Amino acid sequence: MIQFRKVFKAYPKGSIALKDVSFRMEKSEFLFLTGHSGAGKSTVLRLVYADESPSDGDVLVAGRLLSHLKHSEIPQLRRRLGIVFQDFRLLEDRTAEENVAFALEVTGTRPSIVASKVMRVLTQVGLAAKTHLYPQEMSGGEQQRVAIARALVNDPVVLLADEPTGNLDERATRGVFRLLRDINATGTAVVMATHDLDLVRSTSYRTIELRDGAVVHDSGARDSLGEAS
Amino acid sequence: MRLTIRETILAITRTPVLSALASITIGFALFVLGLFALVALNLREALTTIEERVEIVAYLTRGTPIEVITLAIGDIQAFPEVASVRHVSADEALDRARGQLTEFQGVFEDLAMNPLPASLELRLQPGSRDAGVVAIVAERLEGFRFVEDVRFGREWIEKLDDLRNIAAVVGLAIGGAFMAAATIIIGTTVRMTVLARAREIQIMRLVGATDGFVRRPFLLDGAIKGALGGLFALALNYLAFLMVQNSLFEARFFAMTHASAFVLFGLGVGLAASALSVGRHLSKI
Repeated sequence: MIQFRKVFKAYPKGSIALKDVSFRMEKSEFLFLTGHSGAGKSTVLRLVYADESPSDGDVLVAGRLLSHLKHSEIPQLRRRLGIVFQDFRLLEDRTAEENVAFALEVTGTRPSIVASKVMRVLTQVGLAAKTHLYPQEMSGGEQQRVAIARALVNDPVVLLADEPTGNLDERATRGVFRLLRDINATGTAVVMATHDLDLVRSTSYRTIELRDGAVVHDSGARDSLGEAS
Repeated sequence: MRLTIRETILAITRTPVLSALASITIGFALFVLGLFALVALNLREALTTIEERVEIVAYLTRGTPIEVITLAIGDIQAFPEVASVRHVSADEALDRARGQLTEFQGVFEDLAMNPLPASLELRLQPGSRDAGVVAIVAERLEGFRFVEDVRFGREWIEKLDDLRNIAAVVGLAIGGAFMAAATIIIGTTVRMTVLARAREIQIMRLVGATDGFVRRPFLLDGAIKGALGGLFALALNYLAFLMVQNSLFEARFFAMTHASAFVLFGLGVGLAASALSVGRHLSKI
């Protein structure tokens, strides 16, 4: 599903974000990316959704070599990915329903099917009763659920979550993680960047640890059973 | 397109103060440009009125038969530079002198014979009233053997030429400067409105919107604000025109085509500024 082959990423001012990163992620896998701030977790995700390109090496997503992707093909790639951020990135002046619908509308989905798809994903994330609320009327956990619903609405093959629980309390963190795990259980691959080691240790999912841009540990586990007992 | 219109309306209604401020700022920038255009237009009108007084008078040899004069009038009227030719007989010239020079009334009464010659008075076509063309036509008239003398006020026409050239150069320089200033102000204003929506652009890109999809509402937004600014400026210019008209002197306002071009200019600059600003954002995100 996602493959990194000897990927380096350097920025013009000389800082090196990734050093010789290689890994392969299979379909339906749940993968944790861990490491301290600045370790390179977000850079890995940005390379996957083609927000940046590697300085060297190859990044493949769903069999496509991203360096061969034309600029005009990037939107098509992103429609196959769902992206979730720590700061939710919701449009503050639109309701939960409108935020999710927006992701469908920009892809040219027929208006007649937008409402039903939106309702389906909002129900899936447990917000069926809060569709008409604006982000500022919701808790952090609920806002992140809206962001996840928006990421899911285009039926992505991979969900990329960059510190999705970073702004949430313990309870909301557990709730959002459970939701991501459920999404993974339906066959969607999930990559979750986090520095919440307690959360990581509570599961047996595969974990790649980054330090100063290099992979220092790859658990290589393919356990799809979810949380450790 | 439906979505583009909806997003544009949403953008304008969500930030009504910013949208109104943008249109007003654009309006004031265009108002200054419009004021200058009005001054230039009225100056040009005034120059045209003065130009209409450019005249060539060919004095005829006494005793030239009227048939010869009539034939010559036909020939002269065929000159492309000539708008009209009028024959003034010696008697008519004397009557005119009596009417215009009343202080010499006594002199005219005692005349044994009419001392004034007959003449041909030529008016020229617009665009043929500069010193160069007037001199060429005068030279051509001198070629008629019954023409004794040709007068056209060379110095006066040369001064008029200078005035026209100065007006054109100053108009071009100041007009260009005002236009550049208006373009920069409009560009900056529209850019601010795009900046205010940078987050939205980023989100649109992340959920897979194409560049075209992201760009379209901004282009429409910029065009609407530019056109509204143009209309606002036109209204302000009309008020200024009415004030001058009512309290200072008779003036002229823009013709419909000029007014439309003015609004279109606002629309075009708004559109271009939006395209530029969104383009920059798209390349960054």
